[in-house]
Formats: sequence, structure tokens, C-alpha cells
Amino acid sequence: MNNKLMQYIYKYGALVFIGIVLLFFSLYNEYFFTYGNLTDILRSISIVTFIAIGVTISLTVDGFDLSVGATVSLTTVVTATMMVWFEMPLVVTLVVPLVIGALVGLLNALLIIKVRIPDMIATLAMMYIINGIHKTYTKGYAIYSNMQMTDGTKAPGIMEKNFLWIGQGKLLGVPFPVILMIIAVIVIHLFFKYTRWGRQMIMTGGNEEAARLSGLRVKRVRMYAYIASGVMAAIGGILFAARVGSGQIDAGSPLLMEAVAAVFVGYSVLGAGRPNVVGTFVGAVLIGVLTNGLTMLHVEYYKNDIVKGAVLILALAVTFMNSHRKKAA
Amino acid sequence: MDKMSLLEMTGIGKSFSGVRALHDAGFTVRAGEIHALLGANGAGKSTLMKILSGAYEADEGTIRLEGRDLILRSPADAKAAGIHCVYQEVDTSLVAQLSVAENIFLDRMMTARQRAWVKWRDLYSEAEKLLAELGLDVPVRKKVADLTLAEKQLVLIARVMVEEAKVVIFDEPTAPLSLEETDQLFRIMDKLKKSGIGLVFISHRLHEVFQICDRATVMRDGRMIVSEPTAGLDTSDIIHAMLGRSLDDEYPKQDVPIGEVLLSVKGLSQGNRVRSVDLDVRRGEIVAVVGLVGAGKTELSRLLFGVDEADGGTVAVASRNADLRAPADAVNSGIVLVPEERRKEGILVKESVLHNLSLPILGKLSRWGVLSGRQEKDNAAGVIERLGIKTPSASQLTGFLSGGNQQKVAIGKWLNTAAEVFVLDEPTKGVDIGAKRDIFLIIGELAAQGKGILYLTCEFAEALGLADRILVMCDGRIVKQFLRGEATQENLLYYASAGQEELA
Repeated sequence: MNNKLMQYIYKYGALVFIGIVLLFFSLYNEYFFTYGNLTDILRSISIVTFIAIGVTISLTVDGFDLSVGATVSLTTVVTATMMVWFEMPLVVTLVVPLVIGALVGLLNALLIIKVRIPDMIATLAMMYIINGIHKTYTKGYAIYSNMQMTDGTKAPGIMEKNFLWIGQGKLLGVPFPVILMIIAVIVIHLFFKYTRWGRQMIMTGGNEEAARLSGLRVKRVRMYAYIASGVMAAIGGILFAARVGSGQIDAGSPLLMEAVAAVFVGYSVLGAGRPNVVGTFVGAVLIGVLTNGLTMLHVEYYKNDIVKGAVLILALAVTFMNSHRKKAA
Repeated sequence: MDKMSLLEMTGIGKSFSGVRALHDAGFTVRAGEIHALLGANGAGKSTLMKILSGAYEADEGTIRLEGRDLILRSPADAKAAGIHCVYQEVDTSLVAQLSVAENIFLDRMMTARQRAWVKWRDLYSEAEKLLAELGLDVPVRKKVADLTLAEKQLVLIARVMVEEAKVVIFDEPTAPLSLEETDQLFRIMDKLKKSGIGLVFISHRLHEVFQICDRATVMRDGRMIVSEPTAGLDTSDIIHAMLGRSLDDEYPKQDVPIGEVLLSVKGLSQGNRVRSVDLDVRRGEIVAVVGLVGAGKTELSRLLFGVDEADGGTVAVASRNADLRAPADAVNSGIVLVPEERRKEGILVKESVLHNLSLPILGKLSRWGVLSGRQEKDNAAGVIERLGIKTPSASQLTGFLSGGNQQKVAIGKWLNTAAEVFVLDEPTKGVDIGAKRDIFLIIGELAAQGKGILYLTCEFAEALGLADRILVMCDGRIVKQFLRGEATQENLLYYASAGQEELA
């Protein structure tokens, strides 16, 4: 009986908890459960979800990428400068940050796989370096349309309308970033479930040595995972620039921890017990709902982190208590 | 109650999610005896021992030690009562970065018995005394990480002695040991026995049981079948009790026509572990490489599979040179490996049987990168049926299968690849007698299909029973070759331990 209850909590606990939270906020504030607010929540989590997908991919190969937040900061300002400083066409504006994200991932992979620095430490060091680079690049200033340059002149370009639409526009009444996010979640989910490369990543993360001895080229697999992680962060950076209409310094730093939290809450969704994209999305939704709902309850913003931390512990407790029980059996 | 009993377990029952693992199981150990606990994998002996060592709680039954009822809720309870375990995987019980002495006194140092300050001088001298008693020559300040496996095991035994154990469980302690190391272990076990400790010995090697055990208990299907002095038993009695039937013809050997040279290895070297090895394997041929532990067999297998890189030498498959820089290269060349460390390297224990069986052929099972669920299922179902893998379904986690069935998965994953040469490193390690025979049959069948088999083992009997040719390896070299029927256990042992110098 007790056992069955635990199994139930393990499997559906996270979803039931989200249901309860939604119900609670809906009863408390009539505006909460409206189409406008719910799409607001989804739009607010779209950037974090992209970063969290990147973290999910690196965790799937049993790695970890702490540099995603810094990559968001860098790509955000790069995106903005492409338009404001260099007046580049939209394609270049979008491609350059993606390439930078991929390069960051490649460099991470090089440090971790070739030089064999442990993943957390390597990406931590990279986080510092990238953070430094993006501030050096902008000399510490935010990037905005026709900004004042340090030599007294005005920057030639502006943040393009077409570009801003990516972050602010709507398609059939749904914010465009939400559409992008949902497509990404579905595509990556299908990638892991149905493609050879996704399976290779899962197996590599499951036991790298056994996967290698089954003929997988695990180093290559891990390298692709870090590149994918960097690209996902870059998409997050582009969306960030498009959303706020400028290139903010240190935009990504606070997003890193939110993303990591979403991924680990995701472990507990449907009893997965391992990184999974659907869980990550649910985790991001939960965090978004909490932030939004608590704000509506007029809870001071600085208390939000306490609640987020507590939820994370709850999710992790359910996941790890269960995996321990599994081992004991 | 038997007055001589030190430990008495009666009416032990245990179920896991509705499946009965133990049913009214009983087990007694007397003071000053070595008691063998035998059974095929899944018979319930490890569950019984986990209950005794406090890892599991029994659903029913009693455990009495020296006439007093024990309630064991945790491994700590069992240790406090004087019941200790020497597991096969010694690394999980030792702290690699600490010294030998620190490991021996680990439990004491971490509990209230330790005063605030550690007297290092006393600690080391006490450890030295203890090791001298055991006849073990290891510097007490040496880091455990730098010890051999056998030495680590002895450190564990020394720790058990410090803790004044009454009952010590040895779970397959000899599996990773060489013959000399095994002899040393047996001498120490004998010492422990004479000091009045009750020893439980779990092993798949029946000859060892007859060598050192006073009594044997055989379990099957979670019950005790036989419990008698070993003097009154013989091998066939025990096998009969284990299987519930008699085992005819332990080594099934098919006659297979032997074809052209398939694998040709010349001058393969790596440091001083593998020294200029030349060997050939022909189609349909089973070539055994025998040697003691540490002879370099595993290293050789790793070179052949591209796990490690060779310093020199060439490997050719069907006259085509193979460039072996990674296992993936070896697979492409048609060489596959079933590694010795099955649970760490051969299979992914946390993945399903289906995923394990698909892993080497993901490319074949997908189109444009998209996996075909139907093809995956068909592949798994085919392999499961062909090898007789006992699993409730293909989606079962591989770690939940018995050792023999896990090994079948480790072999089976290669069946639908283009593998020509199967390198098997100790494929029967930790596999019960029934499943062993299945594995021998599979190997025979592969040979019959014209595959080449390189069978690396330290079980000489298996080499004698299965191989068309036996190569003896010692100290990294192939020192002798025997054709089928030429060799005996004795001369294999002679060449395996004598090595090169005395041959010249």
C-alpha cells in the first residue's frame, strides 16, 4: 500500500503538483487562468526552456554544461551588435550567434573530451571566459538602437522590426517564441525517442564504456551533444535580444540556474528519473507558473527564489528516494 | 537446536514485488567450519546472504547467533552482531585513496571508539602485526589504489579480523584470483576457521568447494535442497541438487569443418603486458588462450578490439589489415569483443534488453537516422529466441537478468552485426552451470557458421573441453600451443606458470 502510494507519487507527483498550483492560483486570482495570462507564462519561459533543452542534452550524455548562461549573454549582445553596429541583414544577424554557440560547444567538447578536464569545471571556466568576452566586446554597455558609442558618435543601426517580431510577434494569437519553444520540445523529444543519434546519446550517457565497447564512437557523440547545447543557448540568446529589443549585459546569468532547476524538476516527471525533454518543459512551466502566480499574489519578488528552491528539493527528493529504493530492491 | 550451531537461520521467507525469492529457507553454520552455499543463479543464495548481512530484511523467519535471536535492520546491525562480508567487488568496500592501515581500521576510526587524535604510529604497527599474522607482505602505508585485487581482498579480510567477526561471508572471492592467490586465500580462510569463526563460502567452482569446505548447502528455487558434509557428496550430487536434474556432457563440442585463416595477428605488443603475440584463428575454429590472471589475456583482447592502442604489430581479418584505433574500427573490420567486465563493459545494466541488443546495429535498424521500432523489436525477439535469453520481455532492464542471461545479451548484441571474429574474455565468469552450457552451445553454433572464435579463459577445463587449439599465455607471451586432445590440466598449468625462461 505504502509502496503503491510512493510509486504513484513518483510517477504523477510532479504533474499533480502543477495541477494543484494552477488550481490554487486560479481560485486566488480570477485573472490568473485566462488565455492572456497563460500565454504570458509560456512566453516568459520560452527562453529558459531553450537553455534548459541544451542542459538536458549535455546531461543526457552524462556531461554538464554550465556555460549556457554565459553563451546566452554573449549571443544576445552579438545579435544586437550585428544590427546596431554593423547593420547586417537578418540572415547574418541570426546565423552569426548560432555559429558562436556551436563554437562554444565545440570548445567545451575539446576541453572535456580531448584535454579531459571534468565537465563541470571546464564549462565553469568557459563560463567566466565567455562572460568576460561579452563584456569586453561591448565595453560593458548595453546595446540598443542608435546607441551612443564611446567615441561620441551614434551607432548607425537599429534593432530591426522583423527581428523584434521573433521575440514579440504573434502567430494566430500565439506568441511566436512559444511556437518556437513547442516545436523545439517536440523535435528534440522525437530526436531522442526515434532517431539513431538520440539513442546514441542516451546510451553514451547510460554507460560510456559499455557504449564504446559496443562500437559507438562515444567521443563524437559527446562532442555533438555539447555543440547542440551551445546552439540551444544561442537560440535563447537571440530570443532574448528580440524579446527585450536590446542587447543586455549579463542577460543569461540568472537564466542558467532556472534552466538547471527546470531540468532536474523534469527528472521527476512521469517517473523518468533521467534527463528528458518533456520533463524539462514541464519543469520550466512549473517554475514559470510559480513566478507568475506568486507575483499576482503580491509576494515580493525576492521571496520567489525560496519557493523555487523548495520545489526543486521536493522534485529531487521524490526522484532520488525512488532511485535509491529501486537499487535496494 | 543443534548445539554446535553458531548461526542458525530458519524459515526465512522473502518476496520482491510479489515474487517469492526465498521460501522457508534454512541455513546453519557451525563455529570453526567452512560452509559452502551453492546454487544456480537465481536460486536465492545471494538474497539469503543479503538478509544475513542486513542489506535486506526478511519477511519471515528467525536468525539466531550463538543461541540469541537477532534482528538485522541494516548492514550496521549485522556488523555489530559480528557478521561480516567479503564481497567479490572489493573496491566498493575499500577507500582507494587511503592507506592499507587506514582501511583496515576504517570502521574503528570512524566510530566513537576512535579518540579525537589518531595515533599513527600505533595504527601502523598494529596493522603490520595483523598482516604478518595473515602472512601478507604489503606495506601498511601503501595506498589501497596501488594494490592488486588479491591484496585488496586480504586487506578486507584483515579488517574483518579487527572487528572480531563471528561469521564471515565470502561471496565468490576466488573468481578474480590467480591460482597462487587462491591458495593464499584458502590458507587464510583455514586460519580463520581454526580460530573458531564460521565461514560461508559462495563459489561457482565446485572443485574449490571440495578442496576447503567442511559442509555444503545447496539451494534451488529459494529453498534449501541439501545440507551435508562435503565428504559425503560428489560433484554430480551437487549439480543434481542445483539443477534438479543431472547434467550430461558438460562441454558440448560440435565437429565443424575448419576453413581458411580469418584472423591473423602478428607481433602485437603493448608495453610489457602483451609481448609480440602471433596467432591465427581460422573459420569455424575455436582457439582458446589460457593463462593465469595477469598473464595479459584481457590486455590482448582489448588490443584486438581497439579498446587500447597497440605499440606495434598488425591485425588482419580475412587478409585485410585492420586499423584498430577504436572499438568502432574493430567492429567495422569484423572483430567483436565480449568483455570480462560484463556489467561495466559488456552491457548497459540500466537499459532494456531491447536497447542493448539494438546498440551495435543502430545504423542497420534506421533509415535516414530514424529508428524503425518494428525492426528493433524483430531483432530483439530473434536474438532472445535464438539464444534462449530468459527475460519477461524485451523491455526488461538488463540489470535485472541473471548473470548467465546478461552474458547472453552481451553476446547476442553482436549476432546481427557483420562480425566474423568473436573474442570472448572469460565468458563464463559468474555464470551458473546451466547457463554455462547454453553459452558453450552458442559458441559452438557460431563456429559452425564459419565464425572464428578466440576464447580467453583461466578455466583450463573449459579450454580443454571446447577448443580446437589451445594457446598458453604467460607474462604477455604466447609460450606454447596444443592441438585438441594434446593438452592436460597439468601441462597447461605448467606452461602457464613456468613461462618462457624455463622452457628454453
